Amino acid sequence: MKKKSVLAAAMAGAMCMGLLAGCGGKGGDTADGNTFKIGTIGPLTGDNAIYGNAVANGAQIAVDEINALGGDIQLSLKAEDDVAAADTAVNAYNTLKDWGMQVLVGPTTSGSSIAVASEANADRMFMLTPSGSSADITEGKDNVFQVCFTDPNQGTAAADYISTNMPDSKIAIIYQNDIDYSQGIRNTFAAEAEEKGLEIVSEGTFTADTATDFSVQLTAAQAAGADLLFLPIYYQEASVILNQAKTMGFAPTVFGVDGMDGILTLPGFDTSLAEGVMLLTPFSADAEDEKTQNFVSEYQDRFGEIPNQFAADAYDAVYIVYEGLKAAGCTADMSYEDICEALVGQITTMSFDGLTGADMTWEATGEVSKAPMAVVIKDGAYVLP
Amino acid sequence: MTEFLNYLISGISLGSVYAIIALGYTMVYGIAKMLNFAHGDVIMVGGYVSFCAVFYLDLPGWLATILAIIVCTVLGVVIEGLAYKPLRQAGTLAVLITAIGVSYFLQNAAQLIWGTSTKSYASVMPGNLSLGGVTIPYISILTIAACLIIMVVLTQFINRSKLGKAMRACSEDKGAAQLMGIHVNRTISMTFAIGSALAAIAGVLLCSSYTTLNPTTGSMPGIKAFTAAVFGGIGSIPGAFLGGILLGVIESMAKAYLSSALANSIVFAVLIIVLLVRPAGLLGKYVPEKV
Amino acid sequence: MKNLLKKKTTRTDFLTYLGVIVVFVIMFALQQGDMLKNSTQGMLVPVCCFVVMAVSLNLTVGILGELSLGHAGFMSVGAFSGIIAAMSLEQTIPSDLARLIIAIVVGAICAAIAGFIVGVPVLRLQGDYLAIVTLAFGEIIKELINCLIVGYDENGLHVMFNLSGKLSVENLNMTENGVAIIKGAQGAVGVDKLATFPMGFVLVMLCLVIVLNLVRSRTGRAILSIRDNRIAAESVGINVTKYRLMAFVISAAMAGSAGALFGLNYSTLSSTRFDFNTSILVLVYVVLGGLGNIWGSIIAAVVLYVLPEALREFNDYRMLAYAVVLILVMLATNNERFKAAPSRVIPKRRKGAAVNG
Repeated sequence: MKKKSVLAAAMAGAMCMGLLAGCGGKGGDTADGNTFKIGTIGPLTGDNAIYGNAVANGAQIAVDEINALGGDIQLSLKAEDDVAAADTAVNAYNTLKDWGMQVLVGPTTSGSSIAVASEANADRMFMLTPSGSSADITEGKDNVFQVCFTDPNQGTAAADYISTNMPDSKIAIIYQNDIDYSQGIRNTFAAEAEEKGLEIVSEGTFTADTATDFSVQLTAAQAAGADLLFLPIYYQEASVILNQAKTMGFAPTVFGVDGMDGILTLPGFDTSLAEGVMLLTPFSADAEDEKTQNFVSEYQDRFGEIPNQFAADAYDAVYIVYEGLKAAGCTADMSYEDICEALVGQITTMSFDGLTGADMTWEATGEVSKAPMAVVIKDGAYVLP
Repeated sequence: MTEFLNYLISGISLGSVYAIIALGYTMVYGIAKMLNFAHGDVIMVGGYVSFCAVFYLDLPGWLATILAIIVCTVLGVVIEGLAYKPLRQAGTLAVLITAIGVSYFLQNAAQLIWGTSTKSYASVMPGNLSLGGVTIPYISILTIAACLIIMVVLTQFINRSKLGKAMRACSEDKGAAQLMGIHVNRTISMTFAIGSALAAIAGVLLCSSYTTLNPTTGSMPGIKAFTAAVFGGIGSIPGAFLGGILLGVIESMAKAYLSSALANSIVFAVLIIVLLVRPAGLLGKYVPEKV
Repeated sequence: MKNLLKKKTTRTDFLTYLGVIVVFVIMFALQQGDMLKNSTQGMLVPVCCFVVMAVSLNLTVGILGELSLGHAGFMSVGAFSGIIAAMSLEQTIPSDLARLIIAIVVGAICAAIAGFIVGVPVLRLQGDYLAIVTLAFGEIIKELINCLIVGYDENGLHVMFNLSGKLSVENLNMTENGVAIIKGAQGAVGVDKLATFPMGFVLVMLCLVIVLNLVRSRTGRAILSIRDNRIAAESVGINVTKYRLMAFVISAAMAGSAGALFGLNYSTLSSTRFDFNTSILVLVYVVLGGLGNIWGSIIAAVVLYVLPEALREFNDYRMLAYAVVLILVMLATNNERFKAAPSRVIPKRRKGAAVNG
């Protein structure tokens, strides 16, 4: 087995070279001049790559815009892949620290965010997750903040909206019980629905492994006489459900949450299927305001796709960091610990107008407060109901 | 009762998709004696090719399917030639790991070529047949019909044609087959070509029933189909069909009457029980070891 | 001693121990001296976990000769039981180290029990059928843990199976001081990060000692004989079922201990982390390192765990490059023509034994 040992030794030797910090010393080089180093983490490959890439792309647009302003604050962005796994996210975080990251705009998914948040809290690195929506991300960590709504928030808001506008609905829920996003919203929705006296007639679940066929859940909902279908899930599965419901001839009112955003821009999707779908979303690519229009056209030019709310959240997150750095008077030669203290003080006192909401403010707990917007899909576009 | 029938029909529809994938799996396994874990990803490629043909080139569904078949067949032969052929003498595990490498490669290449965003696949045959409260999607009828036709053609082909006989010979004993003048390498390449063509058809039908498409679309149905093939007795063509349909029906019934959260576990539990009673699957031939 | 070391197998065993110790000492010194990159430092514990996983799977696949596609399931059982143990003893046992050790032991025991439950039916089968059943058990374990809700308060542990999908932590009816340990789909959240690199090293050494001694013992020879020819082994009076089950359970226990260490290295863990892909990943380490070759497994696990991190510079092409490397390495180590190439450079080459530790 001599050959194998030679091969193995060579491989091991090559690995060792990469493990040491250059010529000793860690922490990476400090940023040059006035450029802040911003890191982001998300699944750039694998099952959830769409979300990580949207975040990386959205953040990149914001960074380029800010740099084009030519102000005192210049940013450089680095995105690392975590394939939506918590342990890989910690690796990605450490890699970014080696690069010299000063502020973390990420991670993208909830599980990764929880794992990285505890590292960032221990290191005193300022962390602002664009799209990690679990309440556990920020809990007990004073330097971790969110841009998107938390899951409990969305469930409650959806139940409130339905009880105000459609109180007599017979509700069916189909949700994905192996991701906390979906299960979390379902739990708070069900609790609030009970409080408001809403009637839930049927509940069906699926997992990532059984997300191929929803006809059983739909048949059960139809048999229970449901006239409102609540889907606290992402739009890919929702598009299949809409398709299969139509094939079955089942046509309830469909109510979604922010994960439903993106359904209209799904390549190849027959948007007439989504006619009348209601959803709570902080971002709409069809909004008329100039800021959104510019962002959407820039995103389309560069990446050939219409941005979803993940991209918008990340775009906002970079601007929030930018405004915070500016207002707190940070300079790029400050250590990440100092920047963190400055930003924590700043973010809890400021208010921010972005693509995903006006007058966003942050509690010291890290949770954002902004108004969810209910929209209905009409002729392939979001309109206010 | 209508509900039960509806559940049954959704089970059969789902099962027919598993069955058509399992046919490709079992075919390759039967001849080349390897678990081709990249089969699911060839299906995904078939889905993308037909999607692009319909969406960007405005081709009709049948033409898109033919295009997908051609691309996948070429792909299958290339994969076989580059990655599997050099390992003909190596152990089965080495080939298995290489197949996994090919699977990673196809998924990541697809992501780079077609992007990460999910595509919504327009069914090649929308609509449904309604019979007094029971609805049967046309695509399910088409899938089952395709399954049956493929099953019959494949069985006839393997039993009757010269190439089929060569395939069976290779499956029995490669060395002896070679001595009898059979070109083993070419025969195995042909097997992959046929398996990949089946994968392309499966891709179109899978995506028509489950209307989304992304780089990992093929992996879970691939594993389920592999399960189905083992369930029915791996290597057996009617077994793959039976295994697929049963798997789909069990999954639907479990979702409807037991627990939708544990549907997959129930499917796997049934599989385990069946294998304990019949160690070679439902229709597989159990060959007792001899000294 | 000198006589002992003349035996080739003993020599490779000692070299394996020595190699692991030397690498540990170097890495530990560098870590203490703050000379490591953050990314390297973060990978020390998970690398140890996956080394243990690779060694333990090698016991099943390489030494016992049965293909297992569900090894991550045992890691999962170990991880979650270890987390439950560590978190619920937080008040009673303040020492982190003691809790970590208890967690690893609990993880190993629970995984061994799971291994026994799975092993009894599984080992009646053979070959690909056995493989698919281990895959099935892996998936079942994943889904069951996904439905698990566990909390702890003064009254003890509260455990609930969320089979309907309608239950949540509130349904545990815990007192105000209660802590939710596992929250169903979300997995374990707020885990104390107890895992340390020295503990990882101890675990690796422990597993090495167990596996290497097992292989060289009478039991090990019995297991090897079953792999090489089951019928012949049976005919000379070896209790095939007993030895197969023994190897399988030991392998599961080690996977469980690795899982416990892994689980306590991160503040959150969800059951979907231990899916089919993770099982496959570990299998890749084992096959690449060489079946039955223990130190090969160690090196393959280290190299392949670090490889995707080292390939980060390739950005989007990272996993593509990983796939290409994987295929090329498999071709290079298993194709006769490729294999022949280096022997032309190094002409004299003895044919290695199948098991050379």
